[in-house]
Amino acid sequence: MKYILQRLAFYAVTAWAAITINFLIPRLMPGDPVEALMSRYQGQLDTSAIASLKALFGLDEDQSVWSQYTDYWSHLLDGDLGLSFTFFPTPVGEVIAQSLPWTLALVGITTLISFLLGTGIGVYSGWRRGSWLDGLLPVTTFISAIPYFWLGLIAIAVFAVKWQVFPAAGGYDNSLVPAFDWPFISSALYHGVLPGVTIVLSAIAGWILGMRNMMVTVSSEDYVMVAQAKGLSERRVMFSYAARNAVLPNISGFALSLGFIVGGTLLVEMVFSYPGIGFQLFQAVGAKDYPLMQGVFLIITLSVLAANLLADMAYALLDPRTRKEA
Amino acid sequence: MAVTSTDVVVTDTAPAASRARFRFLRGGKTRTGLLILAFFVILAVAGPWLAPYDPDAMSDQLLQPPSADHWFGTTQTGQDVLSQILVGTRGVLLVGFLAGILATALSVLIGVSAGFLGGAADEILSMLSNIFLVIPGLPLIIIIASFVEDTGDMLIAAVIALTSWAWGARVLRAQTLSLRRRDYVEAARATGESTWRIILFEVMPNLTAVIASGFVGTVIFAVLSEITLAFIGVADISHWNWGTVLFWAQSNQALAQGAWWWFVPAGLCIALLGTALSLINFGIDEFVNPRLRTATGASRKVRMRVGFTPVARTAAPAEPGFTPVARAGATPSPGEPVPPGTPESPGTPSKEHSA
Repeated sequence: MKYILQRLAFYAVTAWAAITINFLIPRLMPGDPVEALMSRYQGQLDTSAIASLKALFGLDEDQSVWSQYTDYWSHLLDGDLGLSFTFFPTPVGEVIAQSLPWTLALVGITTLISFLLGTGIGVYSGWRRGSWLDGLLPVTTFISAIPYFWLGLIAIAVFAVKWQVFPAAGGYDNSLVPAFDWPFISSALYHGVLPGVTIVLSAIAGWILGMRNMMVTVSSEDYVMVAQAKGLSERRVMFSYAARNAVLPNISGFALSLGFIVGGTLLVEMVFSYPGIGFQLFQAVGAKDYPLMQGVFLIITLSVLAANLLADMAYALLDPRTRKEA
Repeated sequence: MAVTSTDVVVTDTAPAASRARFRFLRGGKTRTGLLILAFFVILAVAGPWLAPYDPDAMSDQLLQPPSADHWFGTTQTGQDVLSQILVGTRGVLLVGFLAGILATALSVLIGVSAGFLGGAADEILSMLSNIFLVIPGLPLIIIIASFVEDTGDMLIAAVIALTSWAWGARVLRAQTLSLRRRDYVEAARATGESTWRIILFEVMPNLTAVIASGFVGTVIFAVLSEITLAFIGVADISHWNWGTVLFWAQSNQALAQGAWWWFVPAGLCIALLGTALSLINFGIDEFVNPRLRTATGASRKVRMRVGFTPVARTAAPAEPGFTPVARAGATPSPGEPVPPGTPESPGTPSKEHSA
């Protein structure tokens, strides 16, 4: 219990740090983004947009940084992330709420698939060290060195341009209205195949490698030898003794990697014009839509923290030592 | 892979100290990696002279597939893709290594001080690196880079370094913790050596491999991040690097026009460079943890059962002070400096707060 409380406290501090970084970035940067934006959108900016810009960048000179900071927090707690310029006058919160489910579905499913598949292959290849499976290592290394977005580009070139089996962009058929009916869901699944497969392909290598290395290390532990000496079946020794212990670091690695996977997935969404938050961030960067950029960063960070927290809980359940130590 | 693991055990019983330190350079993987890396370093130095054309120069040979004149074909405006790749290599390596050096320096400074000093300093520094570890790096880099008007190579390297030191710091802290109570460190302390002297001359030499491995990992991450930033168009796109080539290919619809030669070479270069660095990292990891060596030659025919691994456990470190570190060498994905293994021994719960 103490362990969980400690983790909760840690995530609270991290969330605070992330939000504060988000507050500080536009204020620490040289140059005047508001000026640049004003001239860029000359005459097109509504007064409320100017006001939200000023609040965002703290241009109210009569306010101290501290009161800007408290204002920022109170806006945040109201769920007010400002107005998006790209989709003016839609609030940032609404833009994000529309795109978040897409990312969560795509990232969630593919991350889980690549984790399970990669860990499974890793268990086997670590156990059968020295077999042909070792030949997989250079191949997976090469694949993992390929940037996500490039793999996506190749996939589009081959499967969408040359053979036209899968759609090149979008999350669903444009002629459909998003709804929970079969035509829409099947179309969404169909559009998700290429981005999903490329994510799994480039993420899996890391899991295989991490798990293999842990398996190799654990396999020569004494308790594994004891299990073997007892005459337990190889399956049993492999899964209940070796893999069970070897998987623990992979789980904490899983938590940590979530953040980076989200980062990598941003790119896949950009390449496939997939309607998730990565694509929103891409558009926001292109349009210098600062409120949207910051909102997206905040949401990504908070969801990564939430995912980490969940993984920590899972870890505490799987490893009794964590509970005892606390 | 000329030596089998068993050979290594035998030959390592009495290695010359200096030879042992660089033994990881001998493996086949490491050698391959270093060869490829050397190739790219030469390109980085000589690229602009080797380039047959000016990468910016437009010509009337629009969107030509590879030919004798243009080995990698031409772009939509008739620019030579090969020249762009050659000229771009320098920027890629420069930013990669600069960010790697900066981030490694930061992680050594923070990780080793946290591990060695302990107490409140450790608490604060660990907290700091844990926060940086969890906050997603790539989006943060994108945000920072897009706020800055003038994004030069140096700035990109600095920002990447700032967001990628945390993992190394954590690994180093764990290692330092296990070193600081060793007998020889205590002995040095007893003879009245200053803290910084102990850190520099007693502790740091035993961290060399871990630091090297962290450095190589960060370089991979930095290269990928930099290319990504250029590809998104956040970094300065007038500077040629492989990401810039991909940026122009993407924005000019190279895909839809089937101009594969425009984006395939840059991607392959990235993958090749990444593989080379990963191979070097494998070499370092296998040096640190000999059990990770892949069996070769004759032993391949023997199906290995657990408990009969041909590496004696006493074989582990030639130098005192290394606990076998299980650490995946490869970076699983761009924007992911963290391999899913952990630095701690198997099954050890993550210690970020309990220790």
